[in-house]
Order: sequence, then structure tokens, then C-alpha cells
Amino acid sequence: MSFEVTEGARAEALSPDAAAPVGTEAPAGEDSERGAEPRPEPPPVYRGADLLVEVLKEEGAEMLFGIPGGATINFYDALYNSGIPHVLARHEQGAIHAADGYARISGKVPVVTGTSGPGSTNLMTGIANAWFDSVPMVIFAGQVSTSVMGTDAFQESPIFSMTMGITKHNYQLMRGEDLPRVVKESFYLARTGRKGPVLIELPKDMTSNEIPYRKPVEMRLRAYNPTPKIDRALVEKVKRDLARAKRPVIVAGAGVVHAGASELLRAFAERARVPVVHTLLGLGTLPSDHPLSLGMGGMHGTVWANMALHECDFLLNIGSRFDDRLTGALEHFAPRARIAHVDIDEAELGKVLDEDYPIHGDARDALAILLDGAVDPSPSEEWLAYLESLRREYPLWYRTDRPYLQPQRVVQIASDLASDDVIVVTDVGQHQMWVAQFFRFRRPGRFVTSGGLGAMGFGLPAAIGAQIADRDALVLAFVGDGGFQMTVEELILLREYDLPVKILLFNNNSLGMVRQWQELFYEERYSATLFNIQPDFMRLADAYGIVGRRVETEEEARAVLEEAFRTRAPYLIEFVIDPMANVLPMVPPGNGVHEMQGVKPE
Amino acid sequence: MKQLLALKVNDHPGVLHRITGLFLRRGFNIATITVGACEEPGVSRMTILLEVADERVMDQVRKQLAKQVDVLEVEDLTDRDAVTRELCLVRVEAPLKMRSDLHSLIQPFRAQLIDVGFETVVVEVTGSPAKIDALLDLLRPFGVLEIVRTGLAALPRERQTGNGGTARREARSVEV
Repeated sequence: MSFEVTEGARAEALSPDAAAPVGTEAPAGEDSERGAEPRPEPPPVYRGADLLVEVLKEEGAEMLFGIPGGATINFYDALYNSGIPHVLARHEQGAIHAADGYARISGKVPVVTGTSGPGSTNLMTGIANAWFDSVPMVIFAGQVSTSVMGTDAFQESPIFSMTMGITKHNYQLMRGEDLPRVVKESFYLARTGRKGPVLIELPKDMTSNEIPYRKPVEMRLRAYNPTPKIDRALVEKVKRDLARAKRPVIVAGAGVVHAGASELLRAFAERARVPVVHTLLGLGTLPSDHPLSLGMGGMHGTVWANMALHECDFLLNIGSRFDDRLTGALEHFAPRARIAHVDIDEAELGKVLDEDYPIHGDARDALAILLDGAVDPSPSEEWLAYLESLRREYPLWYRTDRPYLQPQRVVQIASDLASDDVIVVTDVGQHQMWVAQFFRFRRPGRFVTSGGLGAMGFGLPAAIGAQIADRDALVLAFVGDGGFQMTVEELILLREYDLPVKILLFNNNSLGMVRQWQELFYEERYSATLFNIQPDFMRLADAYGIVGRRVETEEEARAVLEEAFRTRAPYLIEFVIDPMANVLPMVPPGNGVHEMQGVKPE
Repeated sequence: MKQLLALKVNDHPGVLHRITGLFLRRGFNIATITVGACEEPGVSRMTILLEVADERVMDQVRKQLAKQVDVLEVEDLTDRDAVTRELCLVRVEAPLKMRSDLHSLIQPFRAQLIDVGFETVVVEVTGSPAKIDALLDLLRPFGVLEIVRTGLAALPRERQTGNGGTARREARSVEV
């Protein structure tokens, strides 16, 4: 709390009798006063690390990702015979992105570990990524022993304060007896309400000290309510008003995926006859080829989705936080619409827009109420026909007048060849948007991408985690040559853990998205975006013992993808694409979503 | 606009950091913040006086605070009837021949001398920030050497419930 209290707590933790458990022990001498009553059994004592493993088992932790180090070595020692599988990454960023991909596909809460100092600071990007996209995980950040904390000891970093702003919650574990409660609370917080990463800073002596343990452990989360009671009357009002709207639209965000409410969304959209705009992370909540799916809205959204956002008279946002990449300039976003917003996180309501119907609750609960009883279709056939005419007039397009392989075409071919249960993972950049635009998503919750943080280097490790979560699925990892080189060292995991991930590397010898902005808005001044020398990606594949294929034409693309998809082996397929290919259409920064450029071939 | 918040928070290390860090990230300016024990063991009360742009920002502040796992209650006292107090200690130059003047000056403020030396005295005053400002203005001609202010502590006045059983206590409380 205040400084005094902090120091007091620290001093208490360091004092010799700090290990005395609170509340659970019978007061000394009590049994002698009562005479005949037997002395209560003392609680069993565990080494902290062993207790930690026991609690992890109780919580059903099924998968660990990390790299050991001095501060976590006791924990790793206890893991040795635990039976909990551990994925040894080559860099902590790889470990945590892999955990992220695992969590998104499995729906479970993975555990991530990094040692003190650099081990934990290397986790930061991945923690922030999970935070932005509401991905559940529990992170153990090793720390130096409490006796030297704060002295700039070897491999010390203030990870607790560093991660305060990018975790759902974090703990500094300073007393061994708090360990079971803190771990249980962490899993509970990570997997409930708005999901997210929870970090535990774990000083080394917490895993080496002897700790008494009694069950059950009481959780002290009195103000935390992960299941808000939804305002049923307000949702019913939304239902009535939506049915009367002439130009209604639904925005479906990641909250629909997290709530497992895609089927309900589809049922409601169909019965109410309302078209659906997807956010990047909401792609797949309706199949891409569903007649009511308008695809993605926002900066690189479709013309018809963005015009739907601009011209609608009623907008129902389910589980999206109105990210600026979706809304564009706010004064032009749904300017004539009444806006309803369903979010599990109350702080999202009113954060960006002043909604007319702020609904604090779970997407599944909201949709269940919307579907309850008769659903009046909105009088929107004219509206749907108008959007359909835009779809015909302004289809997504790519250049055919250049002698290079067009990346969008590669995405189309891969999409056509892939099975329905394909898992699509991307890194961050141009290729990510091409996939969002041109891949046909058929099932919900099978698209893994770094949405909020936009972390380059996410793709390969996230695909590794996704494939670990679903061993039988076809996992496609679309990456660019820039982001791929940020976590390329994780390639070895494909061999080590027998993961037949297909990496589709789009090589345009540049940091493509920045290059595109420089071309369009900075007079083609390509400052530090062009790679003059690149590694030989085929020899790189060879070095890591996976199949490498280099592709320069559409015919080769189809042949190689067919070969890769029917082979149960990891592939690195390098597509040498048009170095000047851009992501279009585009809402220039600062514009409204209706002010797009590049809507048609020039 | 100034906004006054009363929070109940877990008395854990790092909670103050968590709250102030939240304000920092979102660019909210803290005018004063006080923290101390409250009636519940293991729980602290914070009184925060914030400078925010408008009511919508304030709504965000409330929700962001309430979202913190360590925040148990958020009460907005801005438009509620609340008693607010600040403590101020001032060291003033006060040669012996000025003492009686000083004394008569501070008496209406119910301020008192809590440390007396040959050249200086320390004045203690409790009250609203405006009252403290007024006293400081009066003391300045003497020579103000040091000032320390605690920031606001605030409690809402007695709530007016509809419960007949406590009818007598429903009467508006009176500040004394």
C-alpha cells in the first residue's frame, strides 16, 4: 500500500518466523489446556517447488512452455518427474507466443515460465500480446531470492512492476504459505470473465523453502465478479429496436469466439436478417462465404463492410472493443446509428463511443436473450441488396499486370486446398491482412493472429502452440520475411515435437507494411524498410531439418501446397512475391472508414 | 473538472503503485491522494482528488478502477454530500514579539501551535483546502518557511435510508 506498509510487509517476509502460517495453526498450548483432545496433525510440509507442481496438477495445468534458469531451477527440478509436459523453446518470446497459440486453440490455460532478469523481460512482448487479445495464461517469472531482491542482484529485474500494466493481474509471491492460494487465484482469474494473462513473480527461495500446506485454500477475491448479471430488459430493447431498424449491422469481435457463441450469433443473424461485420479477431464467427458475412471491417476491410459501418442506422457490437483499426476516424464511424455494445468488461463500455445501449455481460448470455422467443426479421432486404451491390461493384482485387507472383493469389490457392478444420495462424504485417481479406474462414476459433498488439514474430511460435493443441489439424502459418526472422530460432521445435506446420513465407524483401505506408504517404522514401541481403531460406530449412520449397509462380504454388498438405511433415515454403504488392483497399490514417482508397484497380 | 473518489483496496504491497500506474498510463492527473488503514483489517481506504477532462473520462476512471482485482469498492464523492478534511503543517517565522499577533490570527481557524522555538513556530490546521489556503495567505507576511499538506481525506455524510427503524438517524447529519 503506502511505503510504510510495503516496507513492513517486506520486513515481515524476511523475518525468521515469517514462515509461520496464518490462521490455520492451532494456537500454541491449546491442546494442553483442553487436556484429553489429541494434538492436531501438523500440516504436511513440502518443498515450495514440489507444492507448486502439486497445485498445478490440481488446477489441471496440462502444458508448460518456457526456458529454465537459475531462479527457476528448483521448479524445473520438481517438474522432472511430474508428468506435466514442457515445451522447451529457444527464446522466451517463442515460448510465450507458443503458449498463446496453444491457449487459443485448446481453450485451456497454459503455463509459461521464464527465469529472473532476462528470462522474464524476454516474456514481455508475449505477455502484452496475450493481454491485448484477452488470451488466458499463467506466467511464472522467476526472481532472485527475497534476501537480495532490490539490490540489483545478478539477473534481477523488477518484473512485478514492469508487468502491472500488461497483465490482467499479477502477484509478487513473498511468503511461501501464500503459494497455493496465489496459484489457484491466478488460474481462476486467467480463465474467467475477460480472459487474460496473470503473472506470478516467484523469488527463488519460494521454491526452495519448506512450506506447510493445508487444503482447502480460500480465495480472497471478494470484489471480483466474472459473471455479471446481464440487463435482460436492455437486451430485449435492443432486440425490438434492431427489428425496426432499416439498416442494421452486427459487429462480431473476439468476445464472440471467447464466449463460444458463434453458433448463437449465426442463428440470430439469420433469423433477424442482419449482416455481420467481423473484426480481425472475429473472423470465422460466421463462415466467410455466409451470405450475411460482410468480411472484415476497418482499415483494410471490404468496401461493403465499411459502408455498412458508415451507413447503418443501428449497430450491435458483440465482443469488440471498437479498436481504432476498426473504427477509423470516430466522427465518421456509424454517425447515424444508435449503438448497442455487449462486453464482458464493463470498462470497454463508453471507452471509445458513448453507446446508447451499454450491455455489461457475456456474448453468449446476450445472444441467448436475443434468440429467446420469436425473432422479428428487420425490414432490411433493401439494405442487404445494397450491400450486395457494393460487393459486386467493389470486389477485393489484386494486380494481374505484373510479372510477379501475387500474394493474394497464394492465399486463395491455400484457402481452396485447405480442409474445413484448417487452423490459420499469421504473423503481423501485409500478409496478415491479405489472409484476413482472402482466406475463407469456415469454422470459428481457428484463426490465430496478433490483433491488438500487432507483435511481429508471433506467427511461427503461435503455430507451434496451435499444432500442439490440435495434433491432427492442418496448421498453416502465414509469415512475412520480416517477422519470421524475429523468432526463426523456434523452427527446430517443429522437428523436436513432430509438428507438421506448413509455413507460408511471403518474401518481398522488405518490411512490407511500413514500406507500403512510405510509398503512399511518405513520397516513396523507403527509410530502413528494404532488406538488401537476406538469408538463404532454403538452406535455413535444411539446417533445421525441414522440407524447404521455393515458389515463384502460381503453378508452382498450387503444386507445392498440394504436396505439403498431403505430407505429414513440416514445410517451409518461400513465396517470392511481388515486392510492390500492397494491401488494398485501405482507409488512410485519420480518415473515416467510408473514405477508402484503392477500392478498384487503377 | 475536479473529481473526488473514495476507494477501498486490499492492503497489499504494490496496490498504490497499481492505482497510480493506471492513472499515469491513461493520462489522468492526480491532485491529491491519501492512503491509510480503515475500519476493516487488511483493507485500506484511498481518497483521490483527480483532475479530469469531462464526465465520460470520469466514467472510464471509475470502471478502470473497479476492474482492478485489488480494488474492493469505488465510491464517487464528487456530487455527494461528503465531509472532506486536509491537514496542513506550516513553519512560520515568529520572533517572540510577534507571537501574540500570530496567535490571534490563527485562532479563528481553530489552528494551533504544535512546536515553538525562538525564531519559528509550527502551526497545525485542519479543514477544507480553501480554509487552509486562506490561513496560508494570512501567514505569508510573517514569513512561511515550510509547508506540508496531506491531501484530502473524505467520508460521505450519513446516508439517508428509507428504513423506519432508524428514523431518528435519518436526519441530515451536521458538520461540526
